[in-house]
Amino acid sequence: MPAKRQASRVRRQRLRAAWLFLIPMLVVLAAVAGWPLMRTIWFSFTDASFANISEYGLVGFENYLVYDNGAWYGVLADPTWWNAVWNTLFFTVVSVGMETVLGLIIALTLNAQFRGRGWVRAATLIPWAVPTIVSAKMWGWMLHDQFGIINEMLMGLGLIAEPLNWTANADLSMWAVIMVDVWKTTPFMALLTLAALQMLPSDCYEAAKVDGIHPVRVFFKVTLPLILPALMVAIIFRVLDALRVFDVIYVLTSNSADTMSMSVYARQQLVEFQDVGYGSAASTVLFLIIALLTISYLYLGRKQIGGEA
Amino acid sequence: MACVELKNINKTFGQIEILPCVNLRIEDGEFVVFVGPSGCGKSTMLRLIAGLEDPTSGDIEIDGEVVTDQSPKERGVGMVFQSYALYPHMSVYENIAFGLKLGKARKNKIREWVEKTAEVLQLEKLLDRKPRELSGGQRQRVAIGRAMAREPKIMLFDEPLSNLDASLRVQMRTEIAKLHDRLQSTMIYVTHDQVEAMTLADKIVVLNGGNIEQVGTPYELYETPASLFVAGFIGSPKMNLMPGSIDGEVGAPTTAINIRGLGKVTVNRETSSLKDGDAVTVGVRPEHFTLALSGPDHGLEVVNVEYLGNEAYVYVELPGMQELMVVRQPVPCEVQTGQRVSLATEPELVHVFDASGRALGPFKAEAESAERLAATQ
Amino acid sequence: MNRKLLKKIAAKTGFAILLAGILLFTVFPFYYAIVTSFKSGSELFDVTWWVSAFDFSNYASVIGDGSFVGSIWNSVLVSFATVIIAMAFGLTAAYALGRVQFRGRSAVLMIVLGVSMFPQVAVLSGLFEVIRALDLYNNPLALIFSYTIFTLPFTVWILTTFMRQLPKELEEAAIVDGASPMTTLFKVFIPLMWPAMATTGLLAFIAAWNEFLFALTFTLTDDQRTVPVAIALLTGGSQYELPWGNLMAASVIVTVPLVLLVLIFQRRIVSGLTAGAVKG
Repeated sequence: MPAKRQASRVRRQRLRAAWLFLIPMLVVLAAVAGWPLMRTIWFSFTDASFANISEYGLVGFENYLVYDNGAWYGVLADPTWWNAVWNTLFFTVVSVGMETVLGLIIALTLNAQFRGRGWVRAATLIPWAVPTIVSAKMWGWMLHDQFGIINEMLMGLGLIAEPLNWTANADLSMWAVIMVDVWKTTPFMALLTLAALQMLPSDCYEAAKVDGIHPVRVFFKVTLPLILPALMVAIIFRVLDALRVFDVIYVLTSNSADTMSMSVYARQQLVEFQDVGYGSAASTVLFLIIALLTISYLYLGRKQIGGEA
Repeated sequence: MACVELKNINKTFGQIEILPCVNLRIEDGEFVVFVGPSGCGKSTMLRLIAGLEDPTSGDIEIDGEVVTDQSPKERGVGMVFQSYALYPHMSVYENIAFGLKLGKARKNKIREWVEKTAEVLQLEKLLDRKPRELSGGQRQRVAIGRAMAREPKIMLFDEPLSNLDASLRVQMRTEIAKLHDRLQSTMIYVTHDQVEAMTLADKIVVLNGGNIEQVGTPYELYETPASLFVAGFIGSPKMNLMPGSIDGEVGAPTTAINIRGLGKVTVNRETSSLKDGDAVTVGVRPEHFTLALSGPDHGLEVVNVEYLGNEAYVYVELPGMQELMVVRQPVPCEVQTGQRVSLATEPELVHVFDASGRALGPFKAEAESAERLAATQ
Repeated sequence: MNRKLLKKIAAKTGFAILLAGILLFTVFPFYYAIVTSFKSGSELFDVTWWVSAFDFSNYASVIGDGSFVGSIWNSVLVSFATVIIAMAFGLTAAYALGRVQFRGRSAVLMIVLGVSMFPQVAVLSGLFEVIRALDLYNNPLALIFSYTIFTLPFTVWILTTFMRQLPKELEEAAIVDGASPMTTLFKVFIPLMWPAMATTGLLAFIAAWNEFLFALTFTLTDDQRTVPVAIALLTGGSQYELPWGNLMAASVIVTVPLVLLVLIFQRRIVSGLTAGAVKG
């Protein structure tokens, strides 16, 4: 084979243009994400305070873990932090699980042919469009311990004898948070699942129909395996999103320990307790958890992302 | 004034070699058609000349100047794409003027050019329309207009008619031919349709698997195909190709070839490179056979007769061969399906291809070859 | 035969109930907020299912409150500016990522996707420092700056997907016409990208409009707040009683435009969400 020539001038110009187009975006990303992230990690090794963030001293790993006078201190030794980790994981698994199942049911329903399908689909988008804060407030009102319509409904149906204090009761408040999140994000799951369903080939269904296979069996043997890749993408996006949950919990139950997530914990340390060093350490741990998950996802889904130009 | 020369062009995508080594010269003002089956590299060659693709090695020259490193605009090419690729948001006028505007021409000059182009292509009434408001043929004309507006030295056409229906294709073919007569610019045209190639080209380049099989006028390609591939590719219905073997002496003015199931044919080809018993392929065009009815016990069976109005195709089965032989017959045709016939032809009308698929040239007298031998020494 | 008919009716009824359930589930909370927003005084504390009388006093009091109207303006300003910035940087980047084959392309895509996964709280202290340094604390400009962290990655991501779908021959035609990459982008591609840009812009707008954490942390006074923070921090006459009527009226005011946008552009939004499979 003859020697390979260098890319032509035209091609080189094009490459140069591509990088020129990319650099502004990369610079902005570095300014709003890269640099702040590095500073957060840096602060996690300092004793900076929120009120005066420019004066600080280095304290090493003290914010993470330190042994002092016979006791462990630092984020990793803080039971409140581990409680927040547990809350976040519980919230993530339960709400994403429920959203997936409900989303699947809604998607299967919307996949059927019926009059007014467009309207129903539009209606399912409403919760998605409602700001999280607003949905938390709306549900806060519906779940109100004295005047809430949910209590009224449940009492009317005879399911409960007296009103429940949804947002303050330690056993119920996490479920209240999950309820709001499920309401708000199920549409997202439903739409992504619906899109996957609509790309399925119809011939294997016809074959199954001809063979007289029960619809439930068809769903588990044909539909589910076929939409699984798309469903997995949606689930992973939702999981990564749920792990950083903040708004719903903050608005619905404030800084209550029963529902505190990692993000709420970190922000409380940072802003309310003004302890930038400690809060940054918590943020960094959260970042590492999500980064680890993201990297493993990107690694597994690597081939999909490259694509073709 | 623009002649194009491809010198030792190699094009490789990753591991796949599209063009191993191409050398080709296109003269100024010529209408050249690249033809071949899909995947033969004809579009790649066009795109290399356009400057949309870089050769892996080798050089492209236009008018003796190496342009391998130049942009399409610097090369002075205009191109018509298969899917038209008109800018959907621009009017016909803007589509044609786009390249001129980028060339920083003056406004009234642009208008003049666009109007001249529109007049040539009968687009005057459509200048304000958007591409989606045009028919397929009109879009095609706009695409041509856009390509020629800057008065390029070379016009390139990448299967421009394949999206049109059959009758429109014939009409556009004529218009492109007229355009070439009028502009006298070099035109390079890619198609997989051999009829388009035959009707439009001054010179046809037949490609197969990235290699140039033959370059020649439509007449040369039809009358003296250089290879088995060209013989099979040019001409409709296809040339009849039959496996045979040399029978007896070679190097004489006539050589006998034995064709299984058909018998012996005599050809006057240069066979001195072969020897007795060598396998060859014999090719005869459908119109070069003469048919005669034979008795019921010998000859070949007629399997089908296709009546086309101006002529008829008679399909004959050759025992042991998968493809049917086809013979063109004037109408009225007396032969009927089920009858048995014998075939005959003239020695000078028979094409012979060696085992590697290369055509054997016409027989040259001994003295002549001796002379040539002396000259080279 | 009769049994078959019965089965069919049962299936139809079941489906109708399922549909009604879905509609109730998705629409009811918003509906109930509207119902509540038209009640005032002690009426609020009686659970009712319908709007019995249109009492606009909650709306009047919310709109009469200058700081809430100010918050709306802040939100509008911040959201529009965020969208414009994300578009400006996103379009050029998407052209490079979607149309040019170059080494490092998938690495850049990974970075973009990675940033969109960033937990906001992880950059909170770092961003706070930057905003302090730029003297933008308690200023909506700080929000425009910080919102870029989530709007830009998904804008790039979705626009890249759409950019890839444009026909290759169109770009080649532009190249033959002598267009530079810049000209190709602005004269040929961007005019064709309006639908995609509308979709992406809408998603970015909604994300910016709904953002809470940065808005809560980087603004201090009522007059600099955006709508979500204003609603979250809305308090009544006494410290212990939330003004539910006002809250619901405010919620309805900020949500209705979004709901209308979503209903009008639902097709576009769905295509955008599925194109990028990004978070909503």
